Amino acid sequence: MNLRRFAGWIQFSVPTTAVTATFLLVFLATGCGSSSEGPATITFWSWVPGIKDEVELFNDTHDNITVKYVNAGQGADEYTKLRTALKAEKGVPDIVQIEFQYIPSFTQIDALADISQYGANDVKQDYVGWTWSQVSDGDKVYAIPQDSGPMALLYRKDIFDKYGLEVPKTWDEFASEAEKLHRAAPDTYMTNCAANDGGWMTGLMWQAGARPFDVNGARISIDMDDPVSMQVAEYWQGLLEDGSVSADPDFTNDWYAGLGKGKYATWISAAWGPVFLKGVAGESKGKWRAVPLPQWNVGESVTANWGGSTSAVTAASEYPEAATEFAIWLNHNDKSVDMLTTEGNLFPVLESKLTSPEFANASSSFYGGQKVNSVFIEASDEVDKGLEWSPFQDYVYAQMAEKVGAAAKGDTTFPEAMEKVQSSVTGYAKEQGFKVE
Amino acid sequence: MVTQGARSTKEGGERSDVSGSSRRRRQAVIPYLFLAPFLILFATFLILPLAYALVISVFADRLVGGNVFVGFENYTQALGDPAFWDGVRRMIYFGIFQVPVMLGLALVFALLLDSGAAWFTTVFRLGFFIPYAVPSVVAALIWGYLYGPTFGPFSQIADYLGLQAPAFLSDAWMLPSIANIVTWEFTGYNMIIMYAALQAVPREVRDARAVDGAKPWQIALYIRIPLIFPAILLTGVFSIIGTFQLFNEPRILQASAPGVITNGYTPNLYAYSLAFVNQEYNYSAAVSFALGAVVVVFSYVFMLVTNRREVGA
Repeated sequence: MNLRRFAGWIQFSVPTTAVTATFLLVFLATGCGSSSEGPATITFWSWVPGIKDEVELFNDTHDNITVKYVNAGQGADEYTKLRTALKAEKGVPDIVQIEFQYIPSFTQIDALADISQYGANDVKQDYVGWTWSQVSDGDKVYAIPQDSGPMALLYRKDIFDKYGLEVPKTWDEFASEAEKLHRAAPDTYMTNCAANDGGWMTGLMWQAGARPFDVNGARISIDMDDPVSMQVAEYWQGLLEDGSVSADPDFTNDWYAGLGKGKYATWISAAWGPVFLKGVAGESKGKWRAVPLPQWNVGESVTANWGGSTSAVTAASEYPEAATEFAIWLNHNDKSVDMLTTEGNLFPVLESKLTSPEFANASSSFYGGQKVNSVFIEASDEVDKGLEWSPFQDYVYAQMAEKVGAAAKGDTTFPEAMEKVQSSVTGYAKEQGFKVE
Repeated sequence: MVTQGARSTKEGGERSDVSGSSRRRRQAVIPYLFLAPFLILFATFLILPLAYALVISVFADRLVGGNVFVGFENYTQALGDPAFWDGVRRMIYFGIFQVPVMLGLALVFALLLDSGAAWFTTVFRLGFFIPYAVPSVVAALIWGYLYGPTFGPFSQIADYLGLQAPAFLSDAWMLPSIANIVTWEFTGYNMIIMYAALQAVPREVRDARAVDGAKPWQIALYIRIPLIFPAILLTGVFSIIGTFQLFNEPRILQASAPGVITNGYTPNLYAYSLAFVNQEYNYSAAVSFALGAVVVVFSYVFMLVTNRREVGA
């Protein structure tokens, strides 16, 4: 057909097609939206493996609520998507998995709903105390705790036996055993100082009693260089200088291989560590054992937490009551918590599950038959209460990784690095409009 | 165009209801209709995001206080930001070594292929180009594994041979390691561009010179290279732009060497970290535009210098 006829055809057909297409889109869009009658459909973002089963169980047993499960990525990936959705004010899920240390970041931007008005406080007593204080602010509740990571020490019994090492009960003992090992076997390290891992480092300082942040609305006090944190920094600086601990980044291929091949005699880890180790260091099966974390003072039993998450309800949710019901059910219902523990490998924060005999007595061949859970159950009780997080924890962690990473390389010292972190975090807080005390 | 006009006037008598000017207008619209799909996508995915970034770069969204208009404050901060300029300096240092090596290799390969036998050409053209077909994220992951200090293949082989493998992911070796990955990825791509240009050089020119008694390397240096100079210029500009925008490789390697690759290692990585770690989207937008300005300046200077040389010759 010639061009003139083509132009004529276009002139007629394009507007018509456009109109029809718009009609169809509008029709389909409204058709896909949730109807005002029928069950409430709520969206749930989580990365826990196997949590789909719990969602299905809930949907089967609840007629008036349908939960749509979406895996939006793990940790930082999910938070990035959440922030994007919040900014766009579209596509925000109703319930979302958020780790303890990031809850203040989201309450700061008013992204989470106060679910105390939907009965969240009814289950307060059933959870480990410090986990509830991390998800609440007075009577206001922002999330239901799901799992935690109380810290303890995993060590290689075979290496300890080979070099005649004693299981350290204090950090002093840990340092002297480290020196002993280093002299006997220069290629084997007592442990790895993961200077890239803000969560790990914060956990160690937490155990010593650090209180880096105190947030009161628009006022914040930042004490990352307080004497307690400096004590921990100086301790690890000593070990690094001696060369008795390595400074490899954790959660890399090299590090997994190191764990399996016996490069590290211990791993300062958390309650999710045992199952994780099984997955990445399979060749060292049967050689690991768990004991409580070394203490700063003889006779104490204090530990800290590394990791763990919650189910939070967003302020943008159209069905906050239904969302709260699901969030509570997921983390409180016996069957659901059972599945989370066994399939999701989450360490429970529900007191009834923690104290159940079958959980405490589960023995593991990877740990030479030791009842590993009992070590961490004990630790769960000993987590030092009262640590508060900043509303910009990703920035803090990134600064720690950068500055302490430089110290691990030898460019500076760990204590100096903490001072640098203190000043950059203070500067950032001021830039963000906080009044820093 | 002329024939169309002739046709329409011939048929103009039949369609007396349509005036001449509206017909001309319709014909003028047609090219845009063909361009429309591209223009719509271009506007949606390039112009609109740029405009959005420009708008937010003059604001600051603070954790306390919300969205505030700050004018050029973000830009002045970027221009005075040591992390930004460190990244730019690092990229200049990187580019000075990596780009000539890569383009030199690409040129040599292109010349070889152009003068080679048929089977040689096909096999090696494909072989050199395959690294470009590998997504750069995958390439960085593979090389990150190869570079592993204790359990990576290179170290293990060196260990077995009793040698000391260089610490690929250390401070001193990180830039050369990344340069290696980038060269491996993009030599093939640049080679194809130059090879295509070489194919366009008429055989008579080369044959004439050969008859005159010029040796192959002289032919290459004095005839073929100058004739494909526009293609070399093109690859040069692309490489400069690509060097300043380096992101994938440092980002992937950051997980294996977090102490070496800081959040401001390259300007692009800095902009990314500002947005997704520091939640400073506005400042990140300003840094991105600042980087864009740096790239424009360098590309322009490069083209100016090379154009002057061409004109002079």
